[in-house]
Amino acid sequence: MRTALRIAALVAILAALIVAPQYLRNYGIYLLSLWSLFAIAAMGLNLTLGYAGQMSLAQAAFLGIGAYAVALLVKAGVPFWVGVPLATLVAFAVGLLLGFPALRVQHHYLAFATLGFNVLVYLAIRNEDWLTGGSMGIGQVMGFAGMPRPSIFGYSLRRGIDFYYLCLAMLCLSTLLVWLLLRSPWGRAFAALRDNPVRAESLAIDIRAYTLLAFAIGAGLAGFAGAFYAPLVQLFDPSPFGLLESLSLLLMVVVGGSGRFWGPHIGAALVLLLPHWLQALLPAWLGPPDQWYLFVFGIAVLVLLTWCPGGLLAIPDRLRARAQ
Amino acid sequence: MTPILSAANVSKHYGAIRAVDDVSFTVAPGEIFGVIGPNGSGKTTLFNCVLGQIRPDGGRVAFQDRDITGAGPLALSRLGIGRTFQSLQVFGGLTVRDNVIAAAQEHRGTLWSRLFAAPEIGLGAKADETLALFELAPHAGKLAGGLSYGQQKLLDMAMAFMADPALVMLDEPAAGVNPRLIEMIRQLLQRLNRERGTTFVVIEHNMDFVMALCQRIMVLAEGRVLAVGTPAEIRSNPAVLEAYLGA
Ligand SMILES: Nc1ncnc2c1ncn2[C@@H]1O[C@H](COP(=O)(O)OP(=O)(O)O)[C@@H](O)[C@H]1O
Ligand SMILES: [Mg+2]
Repeated sequence: MRTALRIAALVAILAALIVAPQYLRNYGIYLLSLWSLFAIAAMGLNLTLGYAGQMSLAQAAFLGIGAYAVALLVKAGVPFWVGVPLATLVAFAVGLLLGFPALRVQHHYLAFATLGFNVLVYLAIRNEDWLTGGSMGIGQVMGFAGMPRPSIFGYSLRRGIDFYYLCLAMLCLSTLLVWLLLRSPWGRAFAALRDNPVRAESLAIDIRAYTLLAFAIGAGLAGFAGAFYAPLVQLFDPSPFGLLESLSLLLMVVVGGSGRFWGPHIGAALVLLLPHWLQALLPAWLGPPDQWYLFVFGIAVLVLLTWCPGGLLAIPDRLRARAQ
Repeated sequence: MTPILSAANVSKHYGAIRAVDDVSFTVAPGEIFGVIGPNGSGKTTLFNCVLGQIRPDGGRVAFQDRDITGAGPLALSRLGIGRTFQSLQVFGGLTVRDNVIAAAQEHRGTLWSRLFAAPEIGLGAKADETLALFELAPHAGKLAGGLSYGQQKLLDMAMAFMADPALVMLDEPAAGVNPRLIEMIRQLLQRLNRERGTTFVVIEHNMDFVMALCQRIMVLAEGRVLAVGTPAEIRSNPAVLEAYLGA
């Protein structure tokens, strides 16, 4: 019964996401596309942090690695659909490397190590302008139109609505794959690593391997999202891949509910869309929008996390615990 | 017969503290071997030296015919040595059933094959059997972190048996547990020893429990072996009485 209800809710939400563009203007469709991709990247961070317990403040760097890798590959003549798995692989491999500090340090030390890594990637993209266009942006090396939108089976996805459906399909695919991963024995091993690494090791669970994998898979998902982010925005510079964006991805995971399956989807929606809704709603009462909406948003997040540190998806549990 | 476990001249010093000082012992296959001694006598440190949690300063440790000195906990668990820690160690965010499956899954297939294996990786029946044995079946679907202390203690122990280990080392299995549960744990360990031939090394403070459970007992005092013998021999050993009751 509960599973049936869940599936029904899922189908309804998916249906709503499919018909939504009919009622939205271009910017709304763009935001939904962005949401799909950020939800994928946040799912990656949720795997690393929420399920495997490894702190990371570098998720936006992997988004950037995916975006720049696919753009540079396409520029070099590699077809987009070959570039996507390659860009994902590059992010996966770099994520694997970032896992090594995690074998030595944990918690806030690890937060700083990954933070340093994000700054490093940001500076590398900005300074190597012969390759990336630096702070002038990818248009500098790819031409003024930037990263082209791909086609699929000969059908061009140049229009925003078509590209949105591609992003949505990729979100569905990633969600399915992560679901399969988490219910496999690996998912159990990740949770064991998070809950008690010392006990895990005494039960033959190779915590080194799973730590590295948790970073690599989480990074791979962000790289995969980044590979679609590039053709979505078409022109980009390093700024969306800095520390602030990593914090924003962390916020998505935490607000949605760290270690909860649908946390990233809900968190990404809230963090990306709520400020815009507030922006559209508030001026009627409160004057200039761009001064108020972030303030209100900040307070909302503060109240939520103080009252329910487990995030939005923990609210039902909290209410149930209160009722008892 | 080759001992299943042997330690020779194992030492571990913390500065001036000789936590374990030149300790040697052997455990025969199928034996239940007790380790007792006052608080701070080096029992846990000895376990940690044997089980690769810490590196001994000196001495050698062997499991069956294999030298395991300096081998890490991962290697030892892969060899088929199960253990519990003095403090509770379960995976609080997993269900009770997932805890016991997690305890055995890494012995099946390779890392790669486990990614594509069925979620229960063929351990469902074994998990249910083990949970029934430890009287945890009614709690199978609950989060382990939500169980009572006694139930978590049982779960912690159940996990040590999931991979059919030849040797299980338990650090104070009866500590903080009510008398009914202590009796149940004793019977369970004896049954596993009888039916599966599992060898046990058990640290314990509860004298009645140790005397009733173990075939041989080693007494530690200030990191050194004070005596080894049957429960009857230990009970009547004057040096042991002195160490416990004070001179
Ligand atoms: N990591 C450590 N650092 C310093 N001293 C330690 C450490 N671990 C244990 N000890 C000391 O070693 C001695 C033996 O401790 P332990 O093995 O825990 O005893 P037991 O388990 O028999 O109660 C104690 O004096 C303890 O204070
Ligand atoms: Mg101890």
